[in-house]
Order: sequence, then C-alpha cells, then structure tokens
Amino acid sequence: MTEPLQLALNLQLTVQDWLSLFLHYVSLSLLAIGGAITTAPDMHRFLVDQQHWLTDAQFNASIAIAQAAPGPNVLFVALLGWNVGLNAGGMLMGLMGISITMLGILTPSTTLTYLAAQWGHRNRELRAVRAFKQGMAPIVVALLIATGWVLTTANGSDMKNWPLWLLTGLTALMVWRTKIHLLWLLGAGALLGWFGLV
Amino acid sequence: MTEPLVSPLQRPTSLTDLFVSFTLLALQGFGGVLAVVQRELVEKKRWMTREEFVEEWAVAQIMPGPNVVNLSLMIGARYFGFKGAMAALAGMLVAPLIIVLLLALMYAQFADQPGVQGALRGMAAVAAGLIAATGLKLFGALQKNVLRLKLCIALGALCFIAIALLRWPLTYVLLGLGCVACSVAYKKLPP
Repeated sequence: MTEPLQLALNLQLTVQDWLSLFLHYVSLSLLAIGGAITTAPDMHRFLVDQQHWLTDAQFNASIAIAQAAPGPNVLFVALLGWNVGLNAGGMLMGLMGISITMLGILTPSTTLTYLAAQWGHRNRELRAVRAFKQGMAPIVVALLIATGWVLTTANGSDMKNWPLWLLTGLTALMVWRTKIHLLWLLGAGALLGWFGLV
Repeated sequence: MTEPLVSPLQRPTSLTDLFVSFTLLALQGFGGVLAVVQRELVEKKRWMTREEFVEEWAVAQIMPGPNVVNLSLMIGARYFGFKGAMAALAGMLVAPLIIVLLLALMYAQFADQPGVQGALRGMAAVAAGLIAATGLKLFGALQKNVLRLKLCIALGALCFIAIALLRWPLTYVLLGLGCVACSVAYKKLPP
C-alpha cells in the first residue's frame, strides 16, 4: 500500500456503480447463513480489493464500531455503505450508500424468511415441520454456547487472556442463575476494561 | 428447571407496542441482541414460552440473513402478520442505525484512547458470556424434546466440538448435524 494512513478516498460513482453495489449485497444476502458477518470477507474483497471504494482502515473501523454499538451486528453493512457514500461526495451520498447496502443485504433474506415462517406456521401440524423444529432445537441451543466460546477466545487462546475468560464465565453464570439486569454486567465489563483489569 | 410455570402468556398490544419493545431490546443489545430478546420476551414480557422461542430461533438461524433481524421479523409476523413483521424490523434497525452513525462520526476522535479500547474489550467478554448463558437457559427447553435429553446432549456436544473447538464452517455443521437430528426426530414423531 502506498499510503497506509489514507483515511478517505475521492470517488466518482456512476449509476452503474451504485447498481453493482446493490447487486453485490443482494447476492451476498442469501449466502449469509449464520449471520451477515460470515460474508464480511467477501465484502472486503469487493469493496476494498476489487473496486477500491473503501480503504482498509475504513473497512475495519466500520466493523469495530458496529460491534461496539447496541443493536444487530448487521449494521456494519450500513456503515460500509455510509463510508462508500462519504468517499463519493458527502453525507447525502452516505445516506444513499446506507439505503442501497441495507436494502440489498436485507430484502432477499427477509423475504425468504418471512415466506418460510408463514409456510411453517400454516403447516405446523405437518410431521416434517415438527421434526425440523424438534431436531434443530438441541443444535441451535448448543450453537449459542459455542458462539460464546468462540467470541471469548477471539483474542487468541493465549493464557494471558485468562481475566477475559473469567469475566465471560462469571457473566454466563450470573445471567443463567440470577435476574440481574444485563446492562449492569455490560457496564461492569466496560469499567474493568477501561481500568485495564481485563 | 428453575422457571416458575403457570403465569399466562401475554402478547404485544399494538404495532406501536411491537415497535417500541423491539427498539428498547435493540438498544440494550451491545455485542448481540439475542440475550436481551430471550430475557425480555420470554422471561419478562412472557410473549412466548422457552420452547416456542427455541423453535423460532431454529428457523431464524437456518435462514440466510442476520439472525436477530430474522427473529424479530418472525416474532412480529406471529402477532400482526406482515405489518407486525415490518414494525418489529423497523424497531430493531432504526434507532440503532442512528446511534451507529453518531458513533462513526465520533470514532475518529476517541479511537486511539487506551481506555476506550479496553472498555470495548471488557464489553465484548461480557457479551460472549451473555450469549453462552442464553444457550444454558434454553437447554431447559429440551426436556420435552422428542429426541430425549440424552440424544439432545450428544448432538449438542457434537455441535459444540465442531464449531467451538474444530472451527468448522457453520453451514456444513448445521446441514450435517441438522439432517441427522431432523431424520431421527421424524422417525420418532407420530405421523
């Protein structure tokens, strides 16, 4: 890279460019089984490597900010669109970028989910539908525990991260066994991190 | 399990109730909204039982797209059809989108503060615990499962090993284990 600290780009996007941005997200939508974040590598390939619409720094910051903010993680897609728009000429373009990327990533998957859920509801007495729900239950429940594990070891499985693991374990225990409000726990985690204790 | 039974199920009173409820859920969900959805909708508001929640989550998880977005769509549709789906979806996305934009505008000024980085790390560790705890709680919902508890635990353990320890791709694990589990369930269910 010639300019590693380059924070923004100056782009001229044509209608075809916006359309190809939209179509890229439409095509990723149906591939995003397990959440939109699973398709982030392909977004990086398209936006940063192929089209040069975003810098690496913008891409990484978009994901980090969306993870830190409240709400569904899919909002990192909105931030990517926002940054593409900013690079193409300012806040109005940014809003355009948000609309295009979010409509692209959400419309196919939500339409399919809505239709599937309606069908499943109408046919809930069907043996196959009941078998699907009963069969998938233990797997998706275990998947949640596995996700907790994956997230807490995301910083590497180095033993020096033991305070983080302890915090995750204690949190899990407290949420499981008590009725403490989740925001207290998040606040405590933020304070412990702020003072460098975890 | 610990859950007190009997208290009757409730439901959202209106589209506004749905929208506001999901907005509040989304705004509490740092690092993932699922734990909050389970806590609020199942334990506090009692819109659905633990078993129903697992069923909806199974569908939301297997469909493409963001899982929690799928889940809110399905829960909204359950009570108010298409309008409900849109109200819940809007609740889940609009306010958080505004906040995430504000954060993005402020980010440049605070990103390099070590305290901020540390706080994010601490919150991420807590968020991981919230998700794991949601799984532990929903485990109780498997007691009535047609697969019986022993087989549920075996399937769950395999899933945990494949995803958490071996880091296999989610799609293959869901398809592979899912096919086995659903076929066994199909055989055990009365026609």
